[in-house]
Order: sequence, then structure tokens, then C-alpha cells
Amino acid sequence: MTDATATVVVEKPSSLWRDVWLQFRKHKGANLALWVLGGLILFSLIGPWLWRVDPNAIPAQAIDVIRGKNQGPSWAHPMGTDQLARDQMARLMSGGRVSLSVGLVAMLVAISVGGMVGVLAGYFRRLDGILMRITDMFLALPLLPLLLLMMFLFGETVRAVIGPRLGIFLLIVLAIGLTSWMQAARIVRGEVLALKEREFILAARSIGTPPSRIIMRHIIPNVLGPVMVSATLGVAAAIITESVLSFLGVGFPSDFPTWGRLLNDAYAEMQLYPLRVFWPGMAISLTVLAVNYIGDGLRDALDPRIRGR
Amino acid sequence: MLTFVIRRILFAIPTLLLISFVIFTIVDLAPGGPGGNIPLTIPPEVRKQILDAMGANDPFMVRYVLWLKQFFYVEPAFILNGWWGTSFAEGAPRILSWESRQPVIDVIIERIPQTLTVIGTAYIVAILIAVPIGVYSAYRQYSWFDQLGTFIALVGYSVPTFFTGFLVIVVFAINLQWFPTIYDTTLNVTDWDSFLRQLRQMAMPVAVLALFNAAEISRFTRAAMLENLSQDYVRTARAKGMSERVVVLKHVLRNSMIPVVTVIALGIPNIFGGAIITETLFAINGIGGAVIGAIKANDLPMLQTLTFIFAVLIVLFNLLADILYGILDPRIRYD
Repeated sequence: MTDATATVVVEKPSSLWRDVWLQFRKHKGANLALWVLGGLILFSLIGPWLWRVDPNAIPAQAIDVIRGKNQGPSWAHPMGTDQLARDQMARLMSGGRVSLSVGLVAMLVAISVGGMVGVLAGYFRRLDGILMRITDMFLALPLLPLLLLMMFLFGETVRAVIGPRLGIFLLIVLAIGLTSWMQAARIVRGEVLALKEREFILAARSIGTPPSRIIMRHIIPNVLGPVMVSATLGVAAAIITESVLSFLGVGFPSDFPTWGRLLNDAYAEMQLYPLRVFWPGMAISLTVLAVNYIGDGLRDALDPRIRGR
Repeated sequence: MLTFVIRRILFAIPTLLLISFVIFTIVDLAPGGPGGNIPLTIPPEVRKQILDAMGANDPFMVRYVLWLKQFFYVEPAFILNGWWGTSFAEGAPRILSWESRQPVIDVIIERIPQTLTVIGTAYIVAILIAVPIGVYSAYRQYSWFDQLGTFIALVGYSVPTFFTGFLVIVVFAINLQWFPTIYDTTLNVTDWDSFLRQLRQMAMPVAVLALFNAAEISRFTRAAMLENLSQDYVRTARAKGMSERVVVLKHVLRNSMIPVVTVIALGIPNIFGGAIITETLFAINGIGGAVIGAIKANDLPMLQTLTFIFAVLIVLFNLLADILYGILDPRIRYD
């Protein structure tokens, strides 16, 4: 008898994340968006290895700069050149690296701060009042003017102390992260408040599990779903904010291209060379659109009312 | 209702104080400080005297309270003087722009009407477009209209305003030559002709801002309508034999408008942020353009005051949203 049961093939129980992935595959827009985003990421990451042109190389002779500037697409420069005869495609690639990593890191900062505030406010009743008041206050801040003020006041110093690349990167990432954690905090708090009343938390508490372990083992894995949706949308928002700052001229310096900075450089001669604005603008728009679509698909896939129908 | 309104107003005051504290701290922590403007040729002891006279060496809290007095008493008093010819706070020092040496508030008051005209029109246009689209999309969920509507909404929401602005300028101003690229602030609307010119120069910035906001509002309207359409009271209303028109427009729409109104009111801070970009793009002489001007001219008092004005406007509109919410949904009042 025992032999017979051993031969029965036990079908692997389908896990939550597998179900989510299967549902996600059904969302056509989100799937297409995944490919588009993947393409853009490959373009920025692998591109510079295949297209070996220095994005900051200015021709040595002044006459070459004048002859070679603002050219249209050609075989030598598939996306044309900018106002200093630098190759636009190489600049777009290295700009993509910066823009995408700013989006990712700023989102990580926002999610960590927001997640921590949300978990603390939801789990500990004593902290709830004050933390949520602070969250409400941050929501009432004029974010874009405040970001501009921060970049204006600290930009120079940071550039002098840490260096232009890393300094501005850290400043932008911190500034965006610290002004966009509020939505995540609210979502996490709501989830934690509901989770706290469930039986498995009561069971964990009744066997004497300390709060820190309950939070790490039981609460955080269960709020991951909604956090992922808000993280995805956060990446899109951070990319837009960075490009707005660079576009308004307070972000990255010109020899350190980002998509927003390329737009800023191209705007002055927009009427004569509209293509120079078009490429970085398209890159930003496509990335943000793709990320938002993925967020939409993820939200549907994580919604148990939709999944499995 | 009155106690509800008073409670909300009382709650807005600490919010405003906290925001002002954040702005003051950021400005105060910044390197350079008030001494950054003094030439290096001035000897250190004179420099110290200047800083003492400016109050730069006072304790942090003293400086903060003085700064508050400037914003909440001196400057509003001068605005009142301008309106009614009174003489409050006579002789008190004003906040002067480092660029033009003019009182900052005067510059801002000159520029606010342009911003409010463009932003206000854009927002009204956005609401008028978005709500019907959202309602119809939800009513015919998954129809081709709904699919197209949600796609356009997601695109409008994702494409940044500076890129839609660029596309609009290239197509309508440069290729078709329908609209002027630069906004003429000196234009006075006196007759039909100048009114048409005003409309033409407002068309592009309004369209760009409206598209972005309409996208967000229509997404919310659709979601709220969908939530309500599957409720029991809708079935009851239909079972009573009411026409679809009455069911959708009276029962469902009214209930769906509660969250939508909040989103509309809470979107106002974003539209002020959007104003900074559109005003730079179309060279509109409003307060958003002033922010960028102040950054380029290193004009700290201007920048700081503008940030604070944006905060005041946001708190004001949040207050309005709260009160409106209380009027629309009686359950909130007795919370």
C-alpha cells in the first residue's frame, strides 16, 4: 500500500506569486509594456558596448564642431548630433542609464521611508496619530517649488564636496525620495491595520513572538503586493520628476547627460531642430507609459477579485 | 456644519505653521546663508557687525519667529494698505527681491492673475472633458469607447507636460501657424478682437495642462462610477422602473462624485506645479515663470516667498476640498 501512494504524482500547489504572474500575462497592455521597457533598458545598458562612441566627445577642431553640430540622422550619427557636435545616440544611451537609475533608487528611498512609517503607524497605536499627521503635512507641501528650492540651495555645495556626478545624483535621489513616500505610507498603514486583526497575528502574539519578529515575518511579506504596485508607479513618477528638474535647468550638468538634460539642451533650438527634442522626449514618455501600464497590470493581477476569473 | 468648518480651519493653521517651519529650516540649513551676499573685501569684524545687525546670529527659534512675523503680519498688512489705503505696519522692513530691489509681494501680486487665468481655464476645461468621458466609459465598460478612453487617459497621464507642450508647439505654432508661441501678458481684453487674440494665445497652454489633468480625473471618475454601478441600490432603482438616464445621471453619478470632487480639489497643488513647466514653455509671465526667473537670478527671498505662496494656495484649496466633502457627504461631518 505504501508503495502505491508513493507513485501518485502530487501536483505542485500553485503559489500566490505564480497565480499573480499567470494573471499578469493575461493583461495584453502590460505584456507589451514589459517588452518596451525591457528594450529601453537594454538600449541604455548594453547599447554603449555596441555603439562605442564617447557621449561627451567634442571634435578637436573648432571648424568640425561648427560643421558637425545639429546634424540630422545619418549613418555616422543615427540620431543626429547636438549643439556641440556630440553624438545624440550615445548621449541618449548614457542619459538613459542615469534617468533609469535615478527612478529606481529614488523609488527605493521613497518605499523604504514610506513602508517604515506605514508599518510603525499601523502596528503601534501610540505612533499612529503623530505619524499620520506628519504624512498629511507632507502631502500639503508644494513639492515642485520645494524641490527647486532644495536643488538651488544645496546644488553648488554638494557639487563641490562630493563631486558633480555622485553629488547631484545623491541630492536628486534623496530629494525626490523624501518628498514622495507619503502614498506608500498610507497604503501600507491601511494594510497593516487590517492585517493586525487577523488570527495568524493573534496566534503569533499568543506564543510570545516579539513585535519586531511579527513585523518581519508576518506583516511585511503580506503587504508586499500593494507595495509593489505603488513602487512601480513610484519609478514612473521619479523619472518624470528628475526630467522636470533637469529640464528646468537645476538638475544634472550638461556634460553628464540625462534624458531631461538632453531636452533642456535641445529646447533652445527647438524650432530649427525639433528632432533633437523628439528623441529624449519619446524615451521619457515611452518609459513612463510602459511603467504605468505594468503598474496597472500588476494591480489587476494582485486583486483577488479579478484573479482566477 | 459650522463647527465642522471651524474645526477644519483650525486644523489648517498648524499645517501652515509646520510647512513654513520646513521651508525656513531648508533655507536656514543651506550653506552660504545671509552672509553669502557680503563682498569678501569687507574685514571680518565689520562682517560680524553686519551679521549681528541683520540678526543672523540670533538663536534659531528667534529668527524663525521673526520670519513668521514678516510673512503673517507685515506683508499681509501691506497688501491691505494697498487695497484700502490703511497704514498698518508702517515703516516695517519689507521682504525685498535681491534682483529688482522691489518688495517681493508686489511682484507676486502683479503676476498671480496670469497664472490663475491660464490654470483656472485649463482645470475647468479638464473637468468638463473628463467627467462625461469617465461616466460613459464606465457605463459601457470594455466597449471600444472605453478601451480608447482608458488608453488615451493613460497616455495623457504618462507623457510629461513639457513633451506634450513641445509637440503642440511644433505642430500648431510652427507648422500650421495657428497660434502664437509666446504669451503676450500686456494684451488688454477690451473688445471682440482682442478677446479672440487672448483666446488664441491661451489655447496651447490650456490644452496641454487640460490634457494632463483630464486624464487623471477621467480615470478616477470611471473607477468611482464602476464601483457604484454594481451596488444594490442601482438594481433597486432599475427594478422600480426608472429610466436609465435617471439611474445613471441621478443615482450613480451623484454618489460617484464624492471621491471625484476630492480628487479634483487635491489635484490643484499638482496643477500649480504644472504651471511652473507650462509657463516656462510658453513664456507666460506668471508666478510659475517667476520661480524659474528667481532661480536663474539667484534671488533667494523671491524663491522662498514663492514657495510659501504655493504652500498657502495648496492649504487653502485643501481646506475648500474638505468643506466641499463635508457638504456632499453628511457622514464626514460627524466623524
